[in-house]
Amino acid sequence: MVLTSTDHFHDGPLNDVEVLRIRNDFPILDQEVNGQPLVYLDSGATSQKPISVMEAEQEFYEQRNSAVHRGAHTLAVAATDVFEDARATVAAFIGAQENELLWCANATAGLNLLAYSFGNASIGEVSPEARQFAVGPGDEVLVTEMEHHANLVPWQELCRRTGATLKFIPVVDDGSLDMEAAAALFTRRTKVFAFTHVSNVTGVINPVLELTGMAHDVGALVVLDACQSAPHLLLDVKALDVDFAVFSGHKMLAPTGIGAVYGRAELLDAMPPFQTGGSMITTVTMEQASYLPSPQRFEAGTQAISQAVAFAAAVNYLSETGMARIHEWENFLGQRMVVGLEAIEGIRVLGPSAGTARAGLAAFAVDGVHAHDVGQFLDAAGIAVRVGHHCAQPLHRRLGLSASTRASTYLYNTTAEVDAFLAAVAGVRPYFGITGA
Amino acid sequence: MSALDSLYQQIILEQSKTRTGADLPNDQLQGLHLPAGTGQSHELNPVCGDEITLRVETSPGADGQLVSGIHWAGDGCSISMASASILSELMVGLAVEEVHDLIENFREVMRSRGKLQADEEVLGDAAALSGVSKFPARVKCAMLAWVATENALAQLS
Repeated sequence: MVLTSTDHFHDGPLNDVEVLRIRNDFPILDQEVNGQPLVYLDSGATSQKPISVMEAEQEFYEQRNSAVHRGAHTLAVAATDVFEDARATVAAFIGAQENELLWCANATAGLNLLAYSFGNASIGEVSPEARQFAVGPGDEVLVTEMEHHANLVPWQELCRRTGATLKFIPVVDDGSLDMEAAAALFTRRTKVFAFTHVSNVTGVINPVLELTGMAHDVGALVVLDACQSAPHLLLDVKALDVDFAVFSGHKMLAPTGIGAVYGRAELLDAMPPFQTGGSMITTVTMEQASYLPSPQRFEAGTQAISQAVAFAAAVNYLSETGMARIHEWENFLGQRMVVGLEAIEGIRVLGPSAGTARAGLAAFAVDGVHAHDVGQFLDAAGIAVRVGHHCAQPLHRRLGLSASTRASTYLYNTTAEVDAFLAAVAGVRPYFGITGA
Repeated sequence: MSALDSLYQQIILEQSKTRTGADLPNDQLQGLHLPAGTGQSHELNPVCGDEITLRVETSPGADGQLVSGIHWAGDGCSISMASASILSELMVGLAVEEVHDLIENFREVMRSRGKLQADEEVLGDAAALSGVSKFPARVKCAMLAWVATENALAQLS
């Protein structure tokens, strides 16, 4: 019997029994840290990897390793086949065609690729079809106040290089976007709108369709940072009608060093390259070069081949488990965390309160105790969380903080782990001698 | 004592609240028009956001320049704040040369990965920070005020 999907066996929602089985695929989770069972609640920073992903990478090196898209020997063909199969698999995972997916090192690299490609369309001699990406004095690039630095700084730099102006949609007190302000910010001057699908700090899930509609109404290109959504929910870039999307493999069970940029085919074919060199050209003379169509045009040099192959194994693992089921489970864990945290004296949860939709993560401030100390205390209990500004300084400043503690879940976290985390957080203020509300 | 308790000794938890020397007025954080014999430095740990602006005042003594006052403003974890508080109590009244020696001594302990135990005779209450050296991610927290002092002194010349 050939099984193409395990969904037949797991039609219902994920539950602790199945999660315990899933954990068997993640050997790193079965260990003690500081004498306590590891509770890994830092998947928002990077996820752990299942055996199938590690084996995919090892199998590539044991049997197929070779440079892709060059060389006529058998191994080169085998390597090119699995490399391109991986592209088709990851593209299908987000609802895209395979020629619409570019490999990059991670989401940061992908956002820089876009910002620099747009920059190359803005300066010097530019082909007519590339002019749609150009920005300059009088034009605006619009972002939001909740962006990760990776989706802010590259746009600051693009504006600095081209003379365009950077604007942002502010957030309101619960961390969601000020939609009234947003409506006024989209104008004919808006050329690019770059925003995150899910906030890595507050877990806010942005209304992508509504925002994309506003952007397209004024003719702006839409760039979606899907770093915190692609790993956790069913992402369909066509249904969301975005022009570009970027995400990192390492946050969704794949190795580090591999990520992807989605772009609508007609846009990628018109966009000038960012990095240039080998493997992306057709004809080169001593004076000039012409370029291959996408995706090769954007993949200069030898690519992260084994990582791309392992990325496909990762999305297969997610698809077989079921993205809707993963989303539902994380929503359950996230709500349990927020309800539990809100019940602890002196804890302020950032973002939406309990009962409002959010990703399966919670960042919080502990009155009287710095986030760094909270993280240290939790680490002593075997609990791994993120502390600091989570690469979102402007958002923290807006919320009146310099740092927070973030616990983020994934498909391998159990109810018991969330409860252990909550029990440990309840012990933080007493340990540091802080009392009162 | 657990590893956590060796990091957060009672003296550290207390000093993180006492914050001796944390009286640098907000309008003086820029460090403009400092009087002679005064140096000021701003240090930031971008990883966790710990931040301090620290001013060192010196005056001539019988055996060379003496530290006559330390004033700072900061925001950060208990380790960084306690360290700044302890440093402020420890260094006022010492010769600038002695302060340099103390900073070197403290840095050596912090970088020892738990192998060196601070000499309480030399480092006073700062010896309580010895446990930090077993937590490499926290060494920068403990060093923040000491680096600020070093950089503030460098401006004196």
